[in-house]
Amino acid sequence: MNKLNSDVTRPRGPVVIDIENITKDYVMGEEIVRALRGVSLQIHHNEYVAIMGPSGSGKSTLMNMFGCLDTPTSGRYEFNGKNVAAMDDDELAAIRNREIGFVFQTFNLLPRSTSLRNVELPLIYAGMDPEAREERATQALVDVGLGDRIHHKPNELSGGQRQRVAIARALVNNPSIILADEPTGNLDSKTGEEIMALLEDLYSRGNTIILVTHERDIAAHARRTVHLRDGIIESDEVGVMPAMESMAAS
Amino acid sequence: MKRFLYELSESWKIAVAQMRSNMTRSTLTALGVIIGIVAVTLMGTAIGGIQVGFDKSMAIFGDDVLYVGQWPWKNVDDWWNYRDRKKIKTEYAEGLNHMIAMTPNSNLAIAIPTSSVYRSVKYMDSEVNNVLIRGTVSDYIITSTFDFKEGRFFNELESRGGANVCVIGYDVADALFPSASPIDKSVLINGQPFKVVGVISRQGSFLGLFSLDSIVVMPLPAFQKYFTAKSDAEVLVKAKDKTKLAEARGELTGLMRRVRGLSPEKRDDFSINEQQALKRTLDPIKNSIAIAGLFITGLSLFVGAIGIMNITFVSVKERTREIGTRKALGARRRTILLQFLIESTALCLLGGLVGLTFAYLMCFGIGKAFPSFPIHFSVGLVVASMIVSVLTGLLSGFAPAWSASRLDPVTALRYE
Repeated sequence: MNKLNSDVTRPRGPVVIDIENITKDYVMGEEIVRALRGVSLQIHHNEYVAIMGPSGSGKSTLMNMFGCLDTPTSGRYEFNGKNVAAMDDDELAAIRNREIGFVFQTFNLLPRSTSLRNVELPLIYAGMDPEAREERATQALVDVGLGDRIHHKPNELSGGQRQRVAIARALVNNPSIILADEPTGNLDSKTGEEIMALLEDLYSRGNTIILVTHERDIAAHARRTVHLRDGIIESDEVGVMPAMESMAAS
Repeated sequence: MKRFLYELSESWKIAVAQMRSNMTRSTLTALGVIIGIVAVTLMGTAIGGIQVGFDKSMAIFGDDVLYVGQWPWKNVDDWWNYRDRKKIKTEYAEGLNHMIAMTPNSNLAIAIPTSSVYRSVKYMDSEVNNVLIRGTVSDYIITSTFDFKEGRFFNELESRGGANVCVIGYDVADALFPSASPIDKSVLINGQPFKVVGVISRQGSFLGLFSLDSIVVMPLPAFQKYFTAKSDAEVLVKAKDKTKLAEARGELTGLMRRVRGLSPEKRDDFSINEQQALKRTLDPIKNSIAIAGLFITGLSLFVGAIGIMNITFVSVKERTREIGTRKALGARRRTILLQFLIESTALCLLGGLVGLTFAYLMCFGIGKAFPSFPIHFSVGLVVASMIVSVLTGLLSGFAPAWSASRLDPVTALRYE
C-alpha cells in the first residue's frame, strides 16, 4: 500500500500526450455523430492511465486519436511536442511505427506468420536490417516469457500466449506509449490477470501505458482513471482507490 | 532505399505464403493468365516463323544483287506505263560488263544475263509441268545462294558453247528420278534432250507461294536456241560492296540509260529491283498480320488479367483487418500498395512461366509433327512474354492495391 501511494506522489515525467479541447464528428448518413465534444487531457511519461466509459461514450474514438489512427475535427493534439493534427497519412504511420505500441482485444496477429515474424513486422516498417531485427524481436519475445515459442504460429498458441506475442510486438520498437484496447476482453479471468501482471511489470520498468476498458477490475490496475460519458470527460481521478476496492473484493 | 528493399522482400514472402494457403484459388486464377500467355506466345512463334520464312525467302535474292527488269517488284497502279516499255535484252549484260570494266572504282562487279520461260520437263514416262526454265551464263553461280546436292554448275566452256547441259532443282530431280541419280541422264524439254550435270539442294518456297526447287538452269545460247518465244529477260548485277548498294544502284541507272540511249529529259524505261525494296513492299502486309494476330490472342490475356484483378479485390476485402493492423504498426500507403501489387504480379509471373512452358512444349510437338509449319521460338519471345506477364500483374493489381492502400486504418481495424 505504501508502495502504491508513493507511486502517485512521485515526480511526473515530461508530457507525452497533450490534447486540448478536441472534438470529433462523424457523418453517418444524414446524421452527424459528435463522438467527442471537447476533451482536454495531458498524459505524462510513465503514467498508467485507464480510459473508462460505457459504449458510445467516445472512448474508442479517443483511443484512435491517441493512437494517431485518426485526427481530430478540431482542437489541438501534440504528441511529444509534435502537432499530430496537421500530419498526413505517412507521417502518422511513422509516428505509429516508432512511438505507439498497440495491443488489441482480438490480438490481430498475422495468422500464417510465426511469433518472431509477427514481432518483427514493426521493425521491417522501420527499416531495420534483418540480423538486428531478429535479435530485437527474439529479445522482446523472451521479455514477455515466450522464449520457447518463437517459431510457433498463432494457431499453435493459447489466447494468453497470443496476447503476449502482441505485447512483444507493441514493445519491440521501444514506443513512447503502449495503447491497450480491452487487452483481456477475449481471455478468461486467470489469463487476463497474467496479462495485467505483465502490463504492471512493463509499467514498473518505465513504460507509459494507456488502457481502454469498460471493466472496473481491469481499470483498477491503472494509477489514474479517466471516465468518459457522451464525448466529454466526466471524471479524471488520480489515486489507487479503485485498485484497493478490487483487492478487497477478491 | 534499404527500407524499401526490406518491404519488398517482406511483400514477396507474404505473396508466396498467400498463394500457398489459397492453392485452388491461385491455380484457377493463374489458369486464365496461363491460357492467355500460351495463346500470345504461340501467336508469337507463328509470327516469328513467318518472319524467319520471309527472311529466308528474301535471302534467295541476295542482298547485294540488283535486278534489271521491265517491271518493278511492287504493285503498280499505272501498269499501262510499264506494259509498253521495251523488253530487257540479255545482250545488255555484255554492254554493261564492258562499261563496268571501263569505269574506274566502279561500285558494280558483274552483270549476268538471264532469260526464263515455263515448260514441262520429261524423263522416260515421268513429266513435271510448269517448271521454270532459265538460261544464263556460268557466272550466274556468283549471284546465287544455292548449294549442290550432287554434281556441279555448268562451266564457262559449256556456257559459251551453248551445250545441251542443265542443272535441275530438287523437286524436278525428286519427281523424275525418285531412286536413281540424275547425273549424266538426259531430260527432255520441248522435245530436246539436256544432259543433267548437277542437282541443286532444297531451297524451299518463296513465302510459301511457289517452289524454288522446280527449276532447270541451262547455258544461255542453248536456251535461246529453243525457247526464244515469250521469254522474260532480266539482268542481274552484283554490287562490289553491299553497304554501298545505293551508290551501285545510281551507277547502274546511269549505265542502263546509256544502254537504252535515253536523253536526259526522258524517264527511266526499266526498273532496278532489289531485295530491300521488295521487303519494304511486303513488310506492311506481314506486320498487319502480326498486329491482328497479337490483338486477338491478346484478348484472352486480357480476360486472364480481369481474373487477377478480381481475385486481388477479394484478397483485399478478406484481409481488411490485416491491412488495418499493418497500418497501425506503421505500414505506409506505399507499403500496402506494394504488397498487393507484388501479389498480383507474382501470380501473373507464375502463370506466365507455366504458360511459357506449355507453349514451348506445344511448339516442340508441332515442330516434330509438322516440320514445314512456320514456327519459331526465340529468347526474345521468352523475355517479351515475361515482361507482358509482369505488366499484366501490375496493371490488373493496381486498382485493388490502390484501394487497399487508401483504407482508413480505423475502419479497417473494425472491419468484420
